[in-house]
Amino acid sequence: MPTKEEIFSKIQAALVEALGVDEDEVTPEATLMSDLGAESIDFLDIVFRLEKAFDIKIPRAELFPDDILTNEQYVSDGKVTPEGLEQLRKRMPFFNVDAFEANPNVKDFTAMLTVQDMCRYVESKVQVTAS
Amino acid sequence: MRWIWIDKFLEFESGKRAVAIKNVTLAEEYLHEHVPGFPTMPNSLVLEGLAQTGGLLVGEVNAFSEKVILAKVPRITFHFSAVPGDCLRYTAVLEYVKPDGAMVGVTSHVGERLQAEGEIVFAHLNDSGRTRTLFEPKNFVFTMKLLRVFDVGRTADGKPLEPPGLAQLRSAGVEP
Repeated sequence: MPTKEEIFSKIQAALVEALGVDEDEVTPEATLMSDLGAESIDFLDIVFRLEKAFDIKIPRAELFPDDILTNEQYVSDGKVTPEGLEQLRKRMPFFNVDAFEANPNVKDFTAMLTVQDMCRYVESKVQVTAS
Repeated sequence: MRWIWIDKFLEFESGKRAVAIKNVTLAEEYLHEHVPGFPTMPNSLVLEGLAQTGGLLVGEVNAFSEKVILAKVPRITFHFSAVPGDCLRYTAVLEYVKPDGAMVGVTSHVGERLQAEGEIVFAHLNDSGRTRTLFEPKNFVFTMKLLRVFDVGRTADGKPLEPPGLAQLRSAGVEP
């Protein structure tokens, strides 16, 4: 069972390999798209590396909830509705939905995903030991 | 010029790995234009050959029902330039195939010398929203025949690899 530090370290290595960034750029606060330059195709690569590193399966919808973000029931005028935000909270407890709620533009959603979010997601998939 | 940057396959194990070769010869004009006076195989075309080796390996997994396109090269290192007379041996090993795309690990060797190594990510292109489709993935079956994949290919359980659709023809009573 990995510690939180080991999880961060493996995620850092995966992002360095997938995005060609320096290790010190991959901080917990860094956003994958704005700070580390990830594009949509990179997520395929990142997901694979995380699955391999942690021996887990990552269903696409758990990290990229396209079904919610394109559902008319949960989106209005390009913004996620309160019902949609509730769905995101349930689906993605590792993601800071409160910060997104201030300006819930659908197009900004993926851009807000941080390294720390990825760590919390992986922690929810594997059993973590105290460091 | 045909945009085929491998000459033939030596090995093709469905869903696992493929080995192809590219002979570098002085008769090819592009060798003379890359570095004038010093004919060399451009590394960009080595990468294209590696991508074609890996791309056909990926496409065959889904019987060429997906449009496989090169999406990104996370890592590629060239250790030296290939020159006329070299026979490049490209190996692609399938790392994963998912609904969205796939990744292969690749190497290029001249004899026993490692010429290049890296990773290539392919995407499965959905161009259904376009007025005209970019290409038909089944066109690659012709390329596979040209490159003699079906002479050397094996399925995952070791049987000879057949072109997609052949089994269906047989089961329908049509002898191709």
